[in-house]
Amino acid sequence: MSRSNKKWFSLNLSRKQNDDSGTCGCGKTSGGCGSHSNDAEMSEEEFYHAAVNASIGDEREKDGFDQVFDVKMDRRTAFRKLAASLLIGAGAVNTSCSMLSSDESKEKAQIDWEEQFKGNYKLMTDDEKKNTVDRLVRSYQLRTGKTISMSSKNAEEDVLFGYAFNISKCQGYMDCVSACVKENNQDRNSQMQYIRIHEMKDGEGLKFDEADDNYYHEVPAEGHFYLGTQCFHCDNPPCVEVCPVQATWREDDGLVVVDYDWCVGCRYCMAACPYDGRRFNWSKPEVPEEEVNHNQHYLGNRMRKKGVMEKCTFCVQRSREGKNPACVEACPTGARIFGNLLDPNSTIRWVLENKKVFRLKEDLGTEPKFWYFMD
Amino acid sequence: MKQLKVFRSLVKDSFDVVTHGTVKYHIWMGFLTFMMLVGMYCYSIQLNEGLSVTGMTDRVSWGLYISNFTFLVGVAAAAVMLVMPTYVLHDVDFKQAVLIGEGLAVAALIMCLAFVIADMGGPSVLWHMIPGLGVFNFPNSMLTWDVIVLNGYLFLNITIPFYILFRHYQGKEAKSKVYVPGAILSVFWAVGIHLVTAFLYQGLQARPFWNNALLGPRFLASAFAAGPALIILVLAIIRNFTAFKIEDKTLKKIAMVVTVAAQINLIMLISELFKEFYAPTHHSESAYYLFFGLHGKDALLPWIWTAIPLNVLATVLLTFHKLRNNPKILYFSCFILFVAIWIEKGFGLIVPGFIPGPYGKIAEYTPTGVEIGVTLGIWALGAFVFTVLAKTAIGIELGELRFKNNKN
Ligand code: SF4
Ligand code: SF4
Repeated sequence: MSRSNKKWFSLNLSRKQNDDSGTCGCGKTSGGCGSHSNDAEMSEEEFYHAAVNASIGDEREKDGFDQVFDVKMDRRTAFRKLAASLLIGAGAVNTSCSMLSSDESKEKAQIDWEEQFKGNYKLMTDDEKKNTVDRLVRSYQLRTGKTISMSSKNAEEDVLFGYAFNISKCQGYMDCVSACVKENNQDRNSQMQYIRIHEMKDGEGLKFDEADDNYYHEVPAEGHFYLGTQCFHCDNPPCVEVCPVQATWREDDGLVVVDYDWCVGCRYCMAACPYDGRRFNWSKPEVPEEEVNHNQHYLGNRMRKKGVMEKCTFCVQRSREGKNPACVEACPTGARIFGNLLDPNSTIRWVLENKKVFRLKEDLGTEPKFWYFMD
Repeated sequence: MKQLKVFRSLVKDSFDVVTHGTVKYHIWMGFLTFMMLVGMYCYSIQLNEGLSVTGMTDRVSWGLYISNFTFLVGVAAAAVMLVMPTYVLHDVDFKQAVLIGEGLAVAALIMCLAFVIADMGGPSVLWHMIPGLGVFNFPNSMLTWDVIVLNGYLFLNITIPFYILFRHYQGKEAKSKVYVPGAILSVFWAVGIHLVTAFLYQGLQARPFWNNALLGPRFLASAFAAGPALIILVLAIIRNFTAFKIEDKTLKKIAMVVTVAAQINLIMLISELFKEFYAPTHHSESAYYLFFGLHGKDALLPWIWTAIPLNVLATVLLTFHKLRNNPKILYFSCFILFVAIWIEKGFGLIVPGFIPGPYGKIAEYTPTGVEIGVTLGIWALGAFVFTVLAKTAIGIELGELRFKNNKN
């Protein structure tokens, strides 16, 4: 939908044109993605549930293979039975070791188990998405006693998010950076930040290599200007192409997202991103409980684990609710503009049509949806 | 059923063979086991704490593990240099060498896979990558290609020697009809694994240091120098410590292969240097960093300036027949060539790809103790696997290991 009525310059170098049709967001054009039918596999499921001897709703688990082909495979059946029997073994050990193993810990184990062997979010049906989100909410509740709200809201139709950055306005306050860290529950230990503000000297143009992206002094510094970078949500994202397990993809509204539970942590996408847009959890991310943002989205700011990739999502938990991302809201100078590129009345469209905009490294054909302009 | 019985007896016999040996052999195996335990301990730390115990960061996100992986793919591919003449051209005097070469390929591939797994952030969800169970992003992701070709190559390199040894074990000739097609396939396959691994890096427009058309061919040339160089060293050791006969002629032929590959490699290096330094562009910064350092950051200088002279010296030594035909000089130049290419194709290739970063930021990388421990552990694993394989193979080839059929 986005390709036909593009309003910006395009190199048309895209290696592949997505013609996703219908409601299915899996991007498969042939063979069906498995997100339309709901049959099969009940007996196995019963077996599975009997085996784990606890229940948390009767949703069906599909792995990537089932999702793709939606057929019953012997191999898969065998795998699952093996898994179930392993669990029985583990459960037996568990109960014999601890007399206090309560219903809650069983439920926890059950959730962990199902989470470990769930499929790729990108290929899930809406029901499956809801189920995994419910499990994660419940798991958080069991662990911390706190209730979070987590959304699995899909992309809306006729929406394509874009972003513009006013270089003349930015004063380098970095309010966007701290707002982003808070909003997105980023690891406080490693001081992970999606946004980098580059401080450059006036009169020397965009000299990134001489810029300072880690300054600790009063701003705005005399004779300097500021420019922010983050993930640009490329329309032709190289990071997505290289992922060996499709753990990262472009949603229909243009957001490039990561399924933190599907990522295997190979960091190939990080090497492929020309814009330093990705961040890796080198150790277990930690956010003090009282600072956790409880308003979450599965693809956005939910809690990550160690060894997975994450990145800016244009605050999917906010933008899909019609709000601005946290950085836009936090910016005291109004340098940041966010909106729907397909809406002719949006501010972002006004900027693109009336300002002289440019993007970074356009020669790479990545088609970022992030423009810079000056007053 | 009979085959199964033979197989069982083979496993038993080979177990006997590998657990018996000279004192030196036991010290060697004990040392390798110790190193593997150290590696496992380091890996357990890494599993617990996460990859933060390594020197890698968001700025330099691949390091020692991927460097070694890249280099070892080359070593594995080099077995083909021996397979080809032996199986296809019936060049008999390569035959013993080739079993060793393929054993080396198996060991190198196992190390490759171990390095990739060590580098993963989530080894517990590795099943996401298994075609059929997870989602395999084929053909878009070069990494999935790599998984396929590496495992296929591993399969080929296990089955072909296994078939030959299995026949010999029973005192039968191996039928060339059976293994020659496999051998020919593995010749193409070896080129494939190396090209695909090069494409892994070459296909990234984000990293100009890798995104150049010479990367693939240069990979091949350096692989065909370093791999057979290692084989020469291994053969020399085997010749010294076992009764396995390897003729001088064989070594000389392999040395020829090493020489040509090293020469081609050097030409390509010159071409690369010319391009980067005659008319330097913004994209030459990584090369500048590698060879001269940038803005006072020069962690890689000692490495690359060890590698280049060693590389040149080895190539020069090998080029002169007189020198090459002297075993001492041959072993020496093979050794320094191996080290030089390990530095160049490992550290010197992977790390500068990330420096300077996408926006010119220079953040350096130094491996940590844990990382080095895991790396040494994996090398020990490879050496261990190779020793076991080679000892069995030599036993069978020398006729010490034979299936004893009680019934007839
Ligand atoms: S900026 Fe980087 S991470 Fe973001 S979509 Fe583009 S390539 Fe991917
Ligand atoms: S790190 Fe995760 S998201 Fe990135 S390429 Fe690897 S599996 Fe995909």
